Amino acid sequence: MKVAYWPGCVSRGFTPELHGSMALVGPRLDLEMVELNRANCCGAGVIAEHNQELVDTLNARTFALAQQTGASMMNICSTCQGAQSECQQRLDADDAYREHINTHLEPEGLRYEKGGDWSNKNLLWLLVEEIGLDKLRERVVRPLDGLRVAPFYGCYIVRPTGRLGYDRFPHRDKYLEHVIETVGGTAVEYAGSHKCCGFPVITMAKATSLRQAGRHLADAIDADADCLVTPCPLCHLNLDLQQPDAAKYVERDLNIPVLHLPQMLGLAFGLDPKELGMDKHVVKTRDVQRKVAELAAA
Amino acid sequence: MRVNGKSALACNTQLGDALARAPGGEIVVEPMGNMPVLKDLIVDMDAVHWKKIQRVVPWLLPEGEPPEREYIVEPEAMIDITQSMACIQCGVCVSACLSMEVDPEFIGPAALAKAYRFVGDPRDAHTEDRLSDLAEDPHGIYDCTHCFACIEVCPKDVAPMNQIMRLRRHATGDYGIKDRNNGYGHEKAFVDIIERYGTLHESQLLPRSYGQGSLIRSQVEPRALKQLIESLPTAVAGLRSGKVSPKAALIHHKLPDQEQIRRIYHEIETGDGERLELNLYIVGEEGEGGAAEQDPSTGDGSEASTVPGEAGTERGGAEQ
Ligand code: SF4
Ligand code: SF4
Repeated sequence: MKVAYWPGCVSRGFTPELHGSMALVGPRLDLEMVELNRANCCGAGVIAEHNQELVDTLNARTFALAQQTGASMMNICSTCQGAQSECQQRLDADDAYREHINTHLEPEGLRYEKGGDWSNKNLLWLLVEEIGLDKLRERVVRPLDGLRVAPFYGCYIVRPTGRLGYDRFPHRDKYLEHVIETVGGTAVEYAGSHKCCGFPVITMAKATSLRQAGRHLADAIDADADCLVTPCPLCHLNLDLQQPDAAKYVERDLNIPVLHLPQMLGLAFGLDPKELGMDKHVVKTRDVQRKVAELAAA
Repeated sequence: MRVNGKSALACNTQLGDALARAPGGEIVVEPMGNMPVLKDLIVDMDAVHWKKIQRVVPWLLPEGEPPEREYIVEPEAMIDITQSMACIQCGVCVSACLSMEVDPEFIGPAALAKAYRFVGDPRDAHTEDRLSDLAEDPHGIYDCTHCFACIEVCPKDVAPMNQIMRLRRHATGDYGIKDRNNGYGHEKAFVDIIERYGTLHESQLLPRSYGQGSLIRSQVEPRALKQLIESLPTAVAGLRSGKVSPKAALIHHKLPDQEQIRRIYHEIETGDGERLELNLYIVGEEGEGGAAEQDPSTGDGSEASTVPGEAGTERGGAEQ
């Protein structure tokens, strides 16, 4: 399956292990990924806060570049998904508005067309809706038996449901659990799975931000999770990179590893944790690696 | 109350729907969140919700003598605030708010939506004071974590988070309020970095945010420098883990056609200063010619409210 692949900024910046692990996992899911190297930042909600016309134009540009490849678009970031869906909703809702935005793309020879089968889906949605859990199951060579994984979605991919296609796909808020179970792990239930990691306010309201991250991590630990898994690299920044600081705000030890979605898939596909960049986390993933190594030996 | 863990108005929740979503076939009802429980399902809305509404001075503050009869306002000038005026003060958003869950002092979605109702009202004479009050408050507009929970649960489609984003847009874009919470700096830093590089250069985001958008100011102003130093352990942890290479931290690639991004910025940001916004709450989501519903006289929608200077612009609209 061919996809126009938008990796996002953070996967090529502060979470390079996400970009790297996706490159390894993609071919094993028969994904032909045409990377959109000329596309721009989705705005992550901040450019939308600043100027709506600007953010809609920037994302229409990305969509237009994706449409040039003749394939639908795939992203690997909850925040990209939400920010881009918001723009797409406005662009698709109003012909005159879309035409106006397209005038900004004209000098570059680009144009965003509404409709048809064209879609923009996060890897998580693609896995369940296009690739299919059966095929995913077929590709598993090392079922993650006994690994207790706490799902963490990221706000942008679960709310608002009205904008994110939940009318057509009402179970999108359960996909992470489905994927965890499909690769052999146990999905852990805990309070924070669909809540906010706090990242958007890390520079403006640090206590609010890190108390959120810390609380969800603590809840996952209390529910006996071995690790978290997330389809959002921005959540990863607050949950992993900031975890030592978050521990101070909730006044307890945390120390629970956080995996990117492709890393978890890669482990189940038998890939080497090092190749998947699991040594590039702030919170060490040793225990998860050890558990997985035991599985391989068994 | 909360139905199956989700904040909702009981009076417009269908039992059948609630049952369909009930885990284990049993509907769970609980009192509203973020407010002290008085008894059973009753919470103290006075102590939280109404106190916060009071906090934002929820009445008009016009200047000068009141007119003899009524204030005359162009109907178009009020379109922008119709969404926040639709609020019925039910408190469902307050119950669901994820920032309030960890910071009870956060002013919160309902009160901030109410604040926008007056900030956007052309009759009010204290727009800037209101904005700077809410920007400077550590529990104000920059304490909202942008989680969409309030948008998801509001039974009247007020989209409180969008009203908060609108407050931020007015505070930074229109009034240039350089608040002590780095709200101005964060927005400016992010927007400028994308104009310069096309994709996000994370290692510049923090210092620029602390320096009101400027890299230099972040290193010479004592307050900014202090915050920068406090964030150093996290940066060092990132470098040590190998996830951030020193090279990646310093050098960031520009897009191959970065001049196109600059051109788009230029086309949109310079001009008559009007911001174009499409408010789906107002124009609806009908698709073809949806905006034409606004003004039946345009018929085919070809002059829909999306051209700067008409009804779909800043004064006349906003996103849903
Ligand atoms: S978006 Fe902001 S105001 Fe709304 S629920 Fe989340 S934190 Fe609260
Ligand atoms: S904004 Fe919506 S949810 Fe919040 S109090 Fe008003 S009507 Fe209720």
